[in-house]
Amino acid sequence: MPTERQANSHVGAEAAAKLGWWHAHRFLVLRRISQLSILALFAASFLYGLDILKGNLSSSTVLNTVPLSDPFVLAQLIASGHWPAETALLGGAIVLLFYMLVGGRSYCSWVCPVNIVTDAASWLRRRLGISKTTRISNSLRYWLLGLSLLLPVVGGLLIWELVNPVSLLQRGLIFGLGSGWVLIAMIFLLDLLISQRAWCSHLCPMGAFYGLIGKLSVIRVNARHRERCDDCMDCYKVCPEPQILKPVLKGAANGVSPIIFASDCTNCSRCIDVCAESVFEINTRFTTEVENKNEKPIATIFNCHPVCPCCC
Amino acid sequence: MVGLGLTAWASSAKRSDPQAIRPPGALPGDDFLNACLRCGLCVEDCPYDTLKLATLFDPAPSGTPWFEARKVPCEMCEDIPCVAACPSGALDPALKNIDDARMGTAVLIDEKNCLNFQGLRCDVCYRVCPLIDEAITLERQRNSRTGKHALFIPTVQSDACTGCGKCEEACVLDETAIKVLPLELASGTLGQHYRLGWEEKARNGGSLVPEQLKLEIRRPENSNAN
Repeated sequence: MPTERQANSHVGAEAAAKLGWWHAHRFLVLRRISQLSILALFAASFLYGLDILKGNLSSSTVLNTVPLSDPFVLAQLIASGHWPAETALLGGAIVLLFYMLVGGRSYCSWVCPVNIVTDAASWLRRRLGISKTTRISNSLRYWLLGLSLLLPVVGGLLIWELVNPVSLLQRGLIFGLGSGWVLIAMIFLLDLLISQRAWCSHLCPMGAFYGLIGKLSVIRVNARHRERCDDCMDCYKVCPEPQILKPVLKGAANGVSPIIFASDCTNCSRCIDVCAESVFEINTRFTTEVENKNEKPIATIFNCHPVCPCCC
Repeated sequence: MVGLGLTAWASSAKRSDPQAIRPPGALPGDDFLNACLRCGLCVEDCPYDTLKLATLFDPAPSGTPWFEARKVPCEMCEDIPCVAACPSGALDPALKNIDDARMGTAVLIDEKNCLNFQGLRCDVCYRVCPLIDEAITLERQRNSRTGKHALFIPTVQSDACTGCGKCEEACVLDETAIKVLPLELASGTLGQHYRLGWEEKARNGGSLVPEQLKLEIRRPENSNAN
């Protein structure tokens, strides 16, 4: 029904009409609640001494007992030549294991506050009909990741953490942003005017790092009912990493698993929200295939290599 | 290219304002910057809200803890909660006695305007010092202006000063005459080859140079000079 679709021009309108507003926005709302409540808990600790979650996303304690540390910051620390104290190492291990289980880039879409900024830029881009975009290689983030870990080795200094906008924003929202908003505004404008999803999906080395952590993670989005897909393109429009969708949606003929094994997937589940045909669901990588019994999901894990040009 | 630019930028960004003082136990210089996770747990556990977490264009590199002595100095808590909170060891857990902290050292930087140098008995920096008579002493000098009074010169003993900044906060002048500065800036270093004779003598129990040779007096046989 192309005409009806054009009438309701915004993405997800059809799903909202068919399945209800909540159904078409539930993961978006849950993610925002997750992102904001984590920040709110940190801020409550700083402002009112309510120590449920104390510190910030770089390192924190839960109820003043369980340590949590960002493995990416720890990796930079170690690269610069400082061996962190046990508390930080234990905290890093806990966080590492958690994301290895739930999907590395779940950090990006369920925790990181920059995601709210870039999602807003992407939404405004769609609303304003800005289609012009400068192409940036999807693999640039891996080079930046390498650089952010190599420069401390060479220069003996945590260079990336001096500018890291992710650290800057989450810290700023808890302890006061100061002039840090300049950098965040730059990211917003970059995503809005220059290149689509430039920061989170092309540049951010932190996202690349968490992507690598989650290579073998258990929780996965699954295009289980891909035969229902009517090519409305809504999922492509909202997906921060649309290059990962085509193989799973259109790969039935080639025996590609409908499970998204690409480590770029942020498990944001927005595709599940906006799909009027309920193609997607989120479950584990071990979900048995009802539709295609002859698949070999394990063999497809590395199919969508981040730097391979086949699907990008 | 990006790396080079970042490195160049970083080498300027890593420099702190000399008046941005680090918490007690902070590893020296770059070691601290490399060890700090920028989590702010020390800031949260500071009971006097002395510590702040730097943002992008603050005097300290973004995300690292610092304080301004003139505004809120360190109260030198005996249990050192900031060090206890640090998960990474950037604030050295080996620091057990706050009197051993070296956040910097106070320097009486403006003798011209310090009231005690005028012969007045302000003494405020001396009185507020948590290590009174150890870290700041009053040294007597003759007051040559009146010819009959004494000057009580506040003198920082940099080997005892923790750099807490109570003196800087308390100085009654509009612009403080005594300031806490980082040790790198405030202290000199003796040349490696240099030896202080009296110290060497004490260590060796005597002079390192052999006693002077006693030379025989030789004079012409018929000389009667003596």
